[in-house]
Amino acid sequence: MKNKSLISIHDYSKKNYLRIMDLAEEFEKNPGKYGRLLSGKVIATLFFEPSTRTRLSFESAVQRLGGKIIGFTDAGTSSVSKGETVKDTIKTVSQYSDLIVMRHPIEGSARWASEISDVPIVNAGDGANQHPTQCLLDLYTIRQTQEKLDNLTITMVGDLKYGRTVHSLIQAMSYFSPTFHFVSPQELKMPDEYKIFLKEKNIMFEEHKDLNEVMKKSDIVYVTRVQKERFSDPIEYEKVKNAFVLKNIMLEGSKKNLKILHPLPRVNEIDQDVDSNQKAYYFKQAHNGVFTRMAIISSILGLK
Amino acid sequence: MKELKVSAIKQGTVIDHIPAQSLFKVISILELQKMDTQITIGYNFESKKLGQKGIIKLADKFPSQKDLNKIALFAPEAKINIIRNYKVVEKDLVQVPDTIEGIVKCMNPKCITNHESVKTKFTVIEKKKVTLKCKYCEKITDQEHFEMK
Repeated sequence: MKNKSLISIHDYSKKNYLRIMDLAEEFEKNPGKYGRLLSGKVIATLFFEPSTRTRLSFESAVQRLGGKIIGFTDAGTSSVSKGETVKDTIKTVSQYSDLIVMRHPIEGSARWASEISDVPIVNAGDGANQHPTQCLLDLYTIRQTQEKLDNLTITMVGDLKYGRTVHSLIQAMSYFSPTFHFVSPQELKMPDEYKIFLKEKNIMFEEHKDLNEVMKKSDIVYVTRVQKERFSDPIEYEKVKNAFVLKNIMLEGSKKNLKILHPLPRVNEIDQDVDSNQKAYYFKQAHNGVFTRMAIISSILGLK
Repeated sequence: MKELKVSAIKQGTVIDHIPAQSLFKVISILELQKMDTQITIGYNFESKKLGQKGIIKLADKFPSQKDLNKIALFAPEAKINIIRNYKVVEKDLVQVPDTIEGIVKCMNPKCITNHESVKTKFTVIEKKKVTLKCKYCEKITDQEHFEMK
């Protein structure tokens, strides 16, 4: 590899995952200690499509480490709108910065950028393909809430077909002997390739149509958004949209250590009344994104 | 004596058992148009195995096995005969390589290789029924969807 870019969750080994988590924990436990770690470094955040949440999380991470930020928030405000290629944009910006965080709607664009760039690339989402920092922050959050990663029962709910976060999480968790439960509408079931992957790794999984069937067994319930546009038949969407909404009452009798996660943004798949339940952990999960990204950036730059 | 439909070469390489429908793809992959020696191409010859086949005879040329393996995507049963002094001195089968660069398109329309001038790069994840994984978008392109880049 030309540089130490993080493009795909497959770029990291179990050892790398654990190192990033330990580092994120160090940053979380010692606020203020590392305020000058990125001093003199310039980080570019190139968002060829808008993603406010992810961009702010990265920018917060850089600011907390004392780095400077340059970049653009959507392609309309950059020379991309004049027809510049990814290649030229990346090559140019890599002359101005020490690391590039990029988000782009085209799949594989981040890998391509890493081949061109003179500085490391961190992929902040390339279309429906990869979003590795989300996966690492999910791992960190799971470990934080359960005080371990091994032998957990993880229930995934919602759009399991197109949701890249659940696909990455399955692959990353495969090192830690989990049991999975998949709860989704028929149209949005977990694709076969991931089920084959789990079978090859001898990892237990079951598919369900109703979340209540597995709520009491779960250590983690990972909820994703069911998007209307994923359905070929709008009537099908109307039929299932409420079947996958998590309500506070459904948490009765669940395990003490259960935590509810969601990559956000949420629409209506977790009822607002869940927010005040101490098992709701999705906002803390977003908070953890900052520590995880601090860990990733400082590790890639060789500063930690 | 067996009658030859195309004339024998004194020395060079004969690529036989190319499925007829893949012949022109094979010509393109091997970039035969750039070669300056005598080339004989047979098309729609009868074949017990393939129905109709193609055959290519390259006089005085000995492409590397690595180059010849590139045609395995479209002609997995092709046979390579090395000819010296009108005699076959070596017979080889093409082998599907571990990685493929260029040659085929990624079937994912949202892949960067279909949007910018990027050479496709694949890892071969299954050799029997050739299946490719794109290095960029990580999606699978299977044999039924091979399309020349």
